[in-house]
Amino acid sequence: MNVAIECQQLTKRFGERTAVNQLTLTVPKGSIYGFLGPNGSGKSTTIRMLCGLMTPTTGSGTVLGYDVMTQSEEIKQRIGYMSQKFSLYEDLTVEENLDFYAGVYQLGAAERKQRKAELIEMAGLTGREKQLAGSLSGGWKQRLALSCALLHKPELLILDEPTAGVDPVSRRIFWDVIHELAKQGITVLVTTHYMDEAQTCDWIGFIFFGNLLAEGTPGELIERMEANNLEDVFIELVRREEARQAAEGGAR
Amino acid sequence: MKRFVWERYWSVVKKEVIQIKRDRPSLAIALVMPLMLLFLFGYAVNTDVSDIKMAVWNQSPSAASRELVEQFVHTEIFQATASVSGYRELEAMLDEGTVDVGLVIGPDYTRKKDRGEPAHIQLLINGSDPNIARTAMSNAQLIVQHQAIALQEKNLQKQGLGELQLPLELDTRVLFNPNMESIVFNIPGLIGLIMQNVTMILTAFSLVREKERGTMEQLVVTPIRPLELMLGKITPYVGVGLFSFCLVLLVGTAWFGVPVKGSIGLLVALSVLFLVTTLLLGIFISTVAKTQLQAMQMAFALILPSVLLSGFMFPRDSMPVVIQWLGGLVPLTYFLEILRGIFLKGVGAEALWKDIVGMGAFSLLILAVAIGRFRKKIE
Ligand SMILES: Nc1ncnc2c1ncn2[C@@H]1O[C@H](COP(=O)(O)OP(=O)(O)OP(=O)(O)O)[C@@H](O)[C@H]1O
Ligand SMILES: [Mg+2]
Repeated sequence: MNVAIECQQLTKRFGERTAVNQLTLTVPKGSIYGFLGPNGSGKSTTIRMLCGLMTPTTGSGTVLGYDVMTQSEEIKQRIGYMSQKFSLYEDLTVEENLDFYAGVYQLGAAERKQRKAELIEMAGLTGREKQLAGSLSGGWKQRLALSCALLHKPELLILDEPTAGVDPVSRRIFWDVIHELAKQGITVLVTTHYMDEAQTCDWIGFIFFGNLLAEGTPGELIERMEANNLEDVFIELVRREEARQAAEGGAR
Repeated sequence: MKRFVWERYWSVVKKEVIQIKRDRPSLAIALVMPLMLLFLFGYAVNTDVSDIKMAVWNQSPSAASRELVEQFVHTEIFQATASVSGYRELEAMLDEGTVDVGLVIGPDYTRKKDRGEPAHIQLLINGSDPNIARTAMSNAQLIVQHQAIALQEKNLQKQGLGELQLPLELDTRVLFNPNMESIVFNIPGLIGLIMQNVTMILTAFSLVREKERGTMEQLVVTPIRPLELMLGKITPYVGVGLFSFCLVLLVGTAWFGVPVKGSIGLLVALSVLFLVTTLLLGIFISTVAKTQLQAMQMAFALILPSVLLSGFMFPRDSMPVVIQWLGGLVPLTYFLEILRGIFLKGVGAEALWKDIVGMGAFSLLILAVAIGRFRKKIE
């Protein structure tokens, strides 16, 4: 199997707290991998380790064939990343943000012009080029962030809750773009709290308290848990894990 | 070491220029603050002692004793502000601080003088400010000595022995600052001190702000190199700093009347090197600080050592060697030599090469440390 991301026993500790615990997962190339889990379960931390933003405490992993411990610069050239919190320049306009990142990714003049036009069109930002990013509303900000992450045509797109606080129409548009990108062969790793979004992913990984509890296609998971839908799977997994931990705590 | 990419560097420069232009209040502070500080400190930091307040207890009023008091006042170093009639009164005034010295002329002064006998006068000095005390003492000694020689001369002439020939005389000529005005010495130093602290904060804030706002997270997942980012960040501020420096220079020379003896071109060229050094120091601070408040505190913590160790306040030559070495870690130390050299002595680069090399080496060192400390991580 052709893999985009592969990691074994990936662990991240912040002092006493273990945010990610011996996580092993595989993301096949060209697929959309939905990363689910309750608040504080370690999704963002996992993503940051894969992007080279944080160094794992222990474990190993490769992203696009490069080692997350030692080759994070090679990884950074080839991935597009959208963080959970909007992290573009609010005091720059839409166009200035795109220009800045185009320069940072060393796009030539012709390519820059073409990519900018394509992405502004794709994100529906036409007519807002001169608007300050800080004055855009939530959905527009996220689309701008996606455009910036796509400028250099990354092979792998890592999105951390791209649709949090976004209206249903914008969410639909956003996911249409994600599916379109996947069709072009781009691998997408995305976290979300919306089960309707998760339903359309090729693969689902479920994480809780830093542990990967279940992995599979949405259909498989529903079948395995004998549930009606993904939402029930989510709630059931959380319930069981909590019960297990309570039992463990009681036994001790 | 991977290649330095001009395109990425240039993108950072363009982005910073736009952000600086949009942030008008900060830009205004960067430009106006040095001017305000120069005005404020230009008047405050004046170590020339004059108009020392003097109380006079003249127990032998006569033309001769009044002439002696006149000699004191004439120098403009002393100012007779009170006349008293007893030690208790005089001491009370010294205690209160209404006067700093008390001149006591004894009751037999006129009589002894007329007879040509040696007379004694007394000067009480408030020694709590050594600078004032020293000035008062040495000047009083000079005045009295001068007066004594004049009297001796008169006595000799009366006895028909003609002119008094002094066996030894000192001819002095003060170079560089002939009137020995402290402002001429202080203004160049002040310009350096002010520029160092204002520019250091500019870059310290600029990088920490990206951490605080979260924009750093997006920036560090790109292939940008720390060197490109840091140089890109300081480049626009060199322009801002240079503009500010020229303003301060103009005010220092035109308003405070401190002339530049040497080449203005050389001064401006070396101030660019100085600005780069202090801006890099700011970048270094921002690799340590997590918030703008911390950055501000660190910049302030550097002010005192720069004032004390750089030679701004006290001559470095009289410091212990270890302290002199520590002063080498303050960019102002090198720039002070350069400023004073060009301002006061009018020397050229050949006389300043040690400081130029020192400052250049320091800036490379601080850049290396900053790059070493900077991690493209967010933990
Ligand atoms: N820099 C850090 N220092 C200390 N603890 C951290 C740090 N970052 C995250 N944590 C902790 O690690 C745990 C996992 O956090 P993480 O942000 O990865 O969760 P998440 O799954 O993304 O949650 P959410 O759905 O709210 O975004 C949390 O308990 C969090 O408090
Ligand atoms: Mg998160």
